[in-house]
Amino acid sequence: MIINHPLLGPRDAAEFVYLGDANLINRPEGLGDNAEDAMYDHVYLRDNPAGIHRELWYHEQGDRSWLVVTRNTLTHEVTSVELARDVARSMGRSR
Amino acid sequence: MRYNALSILKQGLTGNKGWTPVWREPDPKPEYDIVIIGGGGHGLATAYYLSNKFGIRNIAVVEKGWIGSGNVGRNTTLIRSNYLLEGNQPFYELSMKLWEGLEQDFNYNAMVSQRGILNLYHSDSQRDAYARRGNAMHLTGSGGVLLDEAQIREKCPYLDYDNARFPIKGALWQPRGGSVRHDAVAWGFARGADMQGVDILQNCEATGFQIEDGTCKGVETSRGLIRAKKIAVCVAGSSGRVMSMAGMRLPIESHVLQAFVSEGLKPVLPGVITFGAGHFYVSQSDKGGLVFGGDIDGYNTYAQRGNLPVVEDVTEGGMALMPMIGRARLLRMWGGLMDMSMDGSPFIDRTHIDGLYFNGGWCYGGFKATPASGFCYAHLLANDAPHPVATKLRLDRFRRGAPIDEKGAGPQPNLH
Ligand SMILES: Cc1cc2nc3c(=O)[nH]c(=O)nc-3n(C[C@H](O)[C@H](O)[C@H](O)COP(=O)(O)OP(=O)(O)OC[C@H]3O[C@@H](n4cnc5c(N)ncnc54)[C@H](O)[C@@H]3O)c2cc1C
Repeated sequence: MIINHPLLGPRDAAEFVYLGDANLINRPEGLGDNAEDAMYDHVYLRDNPAGIHRELWYHEQGDRSWLVVTRNTLTHEVTSVELARDVARSMGRSR
Repeated sequence: MRYNALSILKQGLTGNKGWTPVWREPDPKPEYDIVIIGGGGHGLATAYYLSNKFGIRNIAVVEKGWIGSGNVGRNTTLIRSNYLLEGNQPFYELSMKLWEGLEQDFNYNAMVSQRGILNLYHSDSQRDAYARRGNAMHLTGSGGVLLDEAQIREKCPYLDYDNARFPIKGALWQPRGGSVRHDAVAWGFARGADMQGVDILQNCEATGFQIEDGTCKGVETSRGLIRAKKIAVCVAGSSGRVMSMAGMRLPIESHVLQAFVSEGLKPVLPGVITFGAGHFYVSQSDKGGLVFGGDIDGYNTYAQRGNLPVVEDVTEGGMALMPMIGRARLLRMWGGLMDMSMDGSPFIDRTHIDGLYFNGGWCYGGFKATPASGFCYAHLLANDAPHPVATKLRLDRFRRGAPIDEKGAGPQPNLH
C-alpha cells in the first residue's frame, strides 16, 4: 500500500505504524458525568466497518507526523490522506 | 454410513460405487430451535456437540459460501495448550483433550498428529518466562518440558544456533502439541452433525436479524427468513460486520493473517518450531510442504489478502532461524480474516439482546480452540450458563477491568 503523505508525497505503508480508528483522536473528557461509559466506548469498542474506514497512521520512519488516512477495508484503496493535526483543528481543537 | 476398515475393503472390491455424500443439502425450514450463523470450524463443532452431546437436534447452520471456505480451511493447523493465564489455559487444555479423542468420537480421519511444539528462547529473560509458562501448563496437566540447547540440537541440527544476535539457548516443548488436517475437521463435524439431523445450509448468507422488543426472533438470509428460539453467531473474521446488523459494536478489529507453503520435501521437521526473536513459526504437512507464517499485516481489513512487507518480514524470520529454508521454493501463499480482540482472547457469551449469542474474537489462534469452542458454545446455548472453563470469556470483561491479556500489550488489537 502507498500512502500519499500530504507533505512528503507517496510513501510505502511499511514506513508507518498503524494505530486504528481515527475516532481515537477524540478522547472523551475523563471527569465528565458519563466518563466511565464514554471512556470504555472510546478505548475498547470499534465500528470495524467493511468499506470506507478513517484511521490513524504514524509516520515513524519519516517525519513522525500522525495522519488520518481514508481507506477501503475491502479493496485497500486509499482515497484521502490528511494531517491528523489539521483534522483536529477543523473540529475546533487548538491542536 | 460409518467408516471402518471393513467398509473400505467392501467398497474397494465393488468399484467404490457405494460411497454416499458426506452431508445432505436440504432447503431451509421456516423455523428451528437454534440457528448457527457461520459454517466454519466453530459453527460446525457447535452444531455437532449440541446434537450429539446436548440432545438438541432441530438446528440449522447457515453459511454464506461453502463450509470450510473461511479460516478453518486457511489456517496453518497448529494445535497446542501452552497458554499462561487462568482464563485461557484450562479452556485450551479441554480443547487438546477433545482433539485427542476426536477421530474416534466423530468417526472421521482428521489426521490429528501430536508431533510436539518447540517454542525457542534466545535469552535469559525469555527462558524465565517460558519456565513460568511451563509451570502454568503443569497446573492443568498439559505437560511442558524446558529443553536446553544440546537437546534441541539433537532434534533439529539445522537451526542457526550461533546466530550473533539471536543465539538459540533452549525451548519450551509441549510434546502433545501438533497439527490437524484442517478441512477434515470441518467435514468431520459437518458429517457428525448432519447424521443427527442438523441442516447445513450452504450459500445462505445472514443479511439481518429480526429483533422485536429486545428479543432476537429470527435471521434474514439470502434464502429467506428463518425463525429460531436462539441465534448463535459464529462468523470469526466477519464478527464486526454481522453484529453491526444487530446494532452492536464489539471490542474487535478485523485484520489479515498470511500463510505460506513450500514445495513438498522429505520429512525434516520433527514438529512445530516457533522462533522466539521474531514472529515466525513453521511445521511440515503430511504432504511434505513446509507450512509457515508470522505476524498479521496490522491494519483493519476485510480483503482476504495481505501485502508484501509482511511477506518480507516472515521470510526474514525464517532465514534467521533455519537458513536452509532459503533453498525451498514457495508453492502458495494466502490470507484469512482475523477477528482480533482487545486483549487477544476470545468471547463465548450471550449478548444484551435475548436469544442472540456471540462467539468470536479468536484472533489467529482459533483453530486449536475449535472443539472446545464448539463444546462450550453448545453448553451455553443448551443451558444458558457458561461452561466452567469458559466463565471468563465474557463480552463485558473490559468494562469490569478483567481482560485476559496473555501478552500484556493493552487494548491494541494489532499487537496481540
Ligand atoms: C493464515 C492463518 C493461519 C492460522 N493459523 C492458525 C494456527 O496455526 N492455529 C490456530 O489455532 N489458529 C490459526 N488460525 C486461526 C483460525 O483459523 C481461526 O481463528 C478459526 O478458524 C476461526 O474460527 P472458524 O473456523 O469458525 O472460522 P471460519 O472458518 O472463518 O468460519 C466463519 C464462517 O462464517 C461465514 N460467514 C461470515 N459472514 C456470514 C454471514 N453473514 N452469513 C453466513 N455465514 C457467514 C464465513 O463464510 C465462514 O465460513 C489461522 C488463521 C489464518 C487466516
